[in-house]
Amino acid sequence: MNAVRKRARWLAPAAVLLALAAVISARAEIPLAERRSGYADLAPDTKAMQDDDTSNPGMLAVLDGEALWKTKAGNAGRACADCHADARVSMKGVAARYPAFEPTLSRPVNLEQRINICRTERQQAQPFASESKDLLALTAFVGMQSRGQPIAPPADERLRPFLDAGREAFSRRLGQFNLSCGQCHDDNWGKRLIGNIIPQAHPNGYPLYRLEWQSIGSLQRRLRNCMIGLRAEPYEYGAPEYVSLELYLMWRARGLPAETPAVRP
Amino acid sequence: MTDKRTENLATRRDVLASAGSLVGGGLVSGLGLATISVAHAQAQSTPAAMALAIHKIAGEATVKPGKVKLDMPPLSENGNSVSLTVTVDSPMTPANHVKAIHVVTEKNPQPYVISVRLGPRAGQANISTRMRLSDTQIVVAIAELSDGSFWSDTRTVIVTLGACLEELI
Amino acid sequence: MARALINVPAKAKRGEVITIKTLISHVMESGFRHNQIGVRIPRDIITSFTCTYNGEEIFQADLHPAITANPFIAFTTIATESGTIAFTWRGDNGFSAAESVNITVE
Ligand code: HEC
Ligand code: HEC
Repeated sequence: MNAVRKRARWLAPAAVLLALAAVISARAEIPLAERRSGYADLAPDTKAMQDDDTSNPGMLAVLDGEALWKTKAGNAGRACADCHADARVSMKGVAARYPAFEPTLSRPVNLEQRINICRTERQQAQPFASESKDLLALTAFVGMQSRGQPIAPPADERLRPFLDAGREAFSRRLGQFNLSCGQCHDDNWGKRLIGNIIPQAHPNGYPLYRLEWQSIGSLQRRLRNCMIGLRAEPYEYGAPEYVSLELYLMWRARGLPAETPAVRP
Repeated sequence: MTDKRTENLATRRDVLASAGSLVGGGLVSGLGLATISVAHAQAQSTPAAMALAIHKIAGEATVKPGKVKLDMPPLSENGNSVSLTVTVDSPMTPANHVKAIHVVTEKNPQPYVISVRLGPRAGQANISTRMRLSDTQIVVAIAELSDGSFWSDTRTVIVTLGACLEELI
Repeated sequence: MARALINVPAKAKRGEVITIKTLISHVMESGFRHNQIGVRIPRDIITSFTCTYNGEEIFQADLHPAITANPFIAFTTIATESGTIAFTWRGDNGFSAAESVNITVE
């Protein structure tokens, strides 16, 4: 990979970091009362973009999703709407409690995967590819039906080992920088890093419109970006490691209002 | 990956290379960091190209500062999308109105951003859009009035870079 | 067909200055970027936007590669009479999109 060559530039700063990172003492999880959405850290014009549906580009994906919701597909020739009727009713609060345990797979699935299960089993159609326009659009449309609802991870004992795995991954040191997610997002949130405010890393706005991407993207894409930022090898899209992290992030964000489709820098 | 972002690779590489050491230092000492992009990018328009663009807009007329208000955040969270609003102090009557508003920049690959034509039916001379800024630079808004005069306002916008990126650069 | 979002008040008083906001899905590929193997990605942008009010042009914009992906343009107009406000976007590779909304002026 050409990335390896480019990485050379990083060795010097990374060495400094390795030495210094050891000094950081890990703090506990953010107290519930101090938790705040990434929205709180946005500049006024980015907030304004999210606040007004007609200026939020994420809404373009929601409109695409609404059209797909009503489109018949697959060998079954059924649309999502044929079984789930009005999404405003049937999908209200659903996104706020994903990832959820999927008994047929004996593991949790996130909302994208849950939609693809209906896509393959109920519609008998090809699954949508990860990060494809259609999957993001449907996820954003379903996600928006939970807007304003509190994040409510299911109290399902079967999720426990996956939640623990996600928590462990969040505090594991990664990549050349040898930093854990928690060292930034639990211990240093609110401080600035290369001009960006370090947010608390809540998943309550996804899929969201990221200015950096110039498009809408999933939580996994965001997690990938943070891993790449740490010079760690990201997992494949859909990997169980991501789903466990997502589950932990949702648990960590419990009670915060869903904002899909949010806007972030 | 669908979103290949190499437009301002040169800028980012330079900035990130120096930012690397700041990442460690900043976090460890708990200091707030506000490093900004000051590196030189390649293949960009220059102040001279901007001057030429302004000349094309205004011809021989002098572009005077005043009447125009360009609103932009002084510090942008991401150069891919920076909000801008141009307001011109004008009664917008058939006899005295703004005919056109132009926005140009100093260091993007090209100086032109947007040119709009409007007239008395607008009621107010007030437009908003969002623009890309490849780097920290000067943005100029120019209004052409119905009496043939040109007026302008200038802003400097500092562009910060995302910390968590799509590709290793 | 590109997806667009238009915000125009459904009702206005005669003579009132109303704000029109438009957002359209488009990559606005600048033509200055290169892909991972160093090949320039060809320009693909919206180059012009026009708004008419009952057929008469009230606003026109020329867009350049420095305009963001999914262009947002907001401007004002005087609500003169009931009717149709129509929007057209044109661009590279034969891109064309149109939307219209009705307004009631009392
Ligand atoms: C043939 C009927 C059918 C179609 C078509 C269908 N679904 Fe489903 N869907 C179901 C049923 C039944 C369930 C719940 C039972 C289960 O676990 O499978 C479900 C569950 C879901 C859930 C989880 C709900 C929850 O409360 O956890 C989501 C989200 C969902 N579907 C989205 C979609 C989307 C999006 C589409 C279109 C791409 C779609 N479905 C198409 C029948 C259908
Ligand atoms: C070196 C500090 C650092 C580390 C370590 C780090 N991040 Fe981040 N993270 C950031 C910064 C800074 C941002 C926001 C700025 C940006 O958009 O680039 C961010 C943004 C996020 C967001 C988006 C929050 C929102 O409001 O949408 C999530 C989610 C996230 N990080 C998760 C993680 C996870 C999971 C890990 C571990 C794999 C991790 N981060 C590691 C610095 C870090």
